[in-house]
Amino acid sequence: MADSRKENTGEGELWEVFIQCETGAPHEHAGSVHAADAEMALQNARDVYARRGTVVSIWVVPTSAIAATSPSDEHPFFDPANDKAYRHPQFYKIPKTVKGF
Amino acid sequence: MPDLINAEEQLKRFEMRIAAGEKIEPKDWMPDRYRQQLIRMISQHAHSEIVGMLPEGNWITRAPTLRRKIGLLAKVQDEAGHGLYLYCAAETLGVDRRGMIEALLEGKAKYSHIFNYPTLTWADIGVIGWFVDGAAIVNQTMLAKCSYGPYSRANLRICKEENFHKRQGYEIVSTLSSGTLKQREMAQDAVNRWWWPSLMMFGPPDASSPNSAELLRWKIKLHSNDELRQHFVDITVPQAAAVSITLPDPKLRFDTSSGHWMFGEIDWSEFYEVIKGNGPCNKERMKARRDADSEGAWVRDAAHAYAEKHVSAGT
Repeated sequence: MADSRKENTGEGELWEVFIQCETGAPHEHAGSVHAADAEMALQNARDVYARRGTVVSIWVVPTSAIAATSPSDEHPFFDPANDKAYRHPQFYKIPKTVKGF
Repeated sequence: MPDLINAEEQLKRFEMRIAAGEKIEPKDWMPDRYRQQLIRMISQHAHSEIVGMLPEGNWITRAPTLRRKIGLLAKVQDEAGHGLYLYCAAETLGVDRRGMIEALLEGKAKYSHIFNYPTLTWADIGVIGWFVDGAAIVNQTMLAKCSYGPYSRANLRICKEENFHKRQGYEIVSTLSSGTLKQREMAQDAVNRWWWPSLMMFGPPDASSPNSAELLRWKIKLHSNDELRQHFVDITVPQAAAVSITLPDPKLRFDTSSGHWMFGEIDWSEFYEVIKGNGPCNKERMKARRDADSEGAWVRDAAHAYAEKHVSAGT
């Protein structure tokens, strides 16, 4: 993701591109494009990230509109999830004789 | 000196992450040298893709059949796309795209020396796909595993598309080499001209490559220039034999003890001359890029004017 990039240069605003490769699949970050507006950003994203007919949907988002965690957050921010083994199925015991549970 | 200790500690942690095979992402702490090396490499790589459209673009209108023409058009369009993937990866390091493009136009940034050679005949298009894209695939397959996340992902995307480039080129050579005497000679002539410059694409020998040690230590590169070059020779020799093409190197021989094809001396003075700007087409390539930039300025201006008009009109 693009936190330290400068924007609004002669190449237009920076947009992050998310593509969906088949219906039902999640949209995934593919890269970025420069464009003056959303319509052109979509067209540029198509030309750059969808030249092979394996894309069914594209989202473009101005890079400046994305809020993201920072690496220094990594521990305090995600820590609460680290000690919760009881959120995983392996935490719970079932009799060995039960098949195909 | 708490800051110094902190910097040492950060470097140590960074190198431990690299050693453990972790990917470095844009917001992670990284040594300034790592950032600068990546900016240099990725922007050169991006410029190479863009300038690389010129030698092949030269033949689009003269492709011998419609099948060849659509293939070549699609390939050249891919190169534009690859340039854009790479500029986008470089931008994650805090450089802006316009700055990179201006550095190229002002002659401050480099691009691969290979694109300063002319495409004299249709056979050159075949040999470029086979050798130049073939060499690029060897390099990019390695870079797809590099330690910097955005560069690794861009190369992965490039590699998925680039195999078609090599195959379309090899198919052209294969067709010519089973054609008339004149066609066979044309293919062989193109091979003779492109073979040695293609071997130079991997960069100077390890012993005189100033950046190699650092790039390897930080896993920006995973193999040395000489290792990659050897791999390219090893895979290309049988491909040449299969289409009755002779590689222009009398010293080429298979070494049974190492399992590698040994090849003759590369004339590095030619490489350094081309890098310095004295190749056959350096001036022509730079002029084409500058003209494209200035002739396209009105399109960028119009796009901005249109976007602003719609913002102010609230539509």
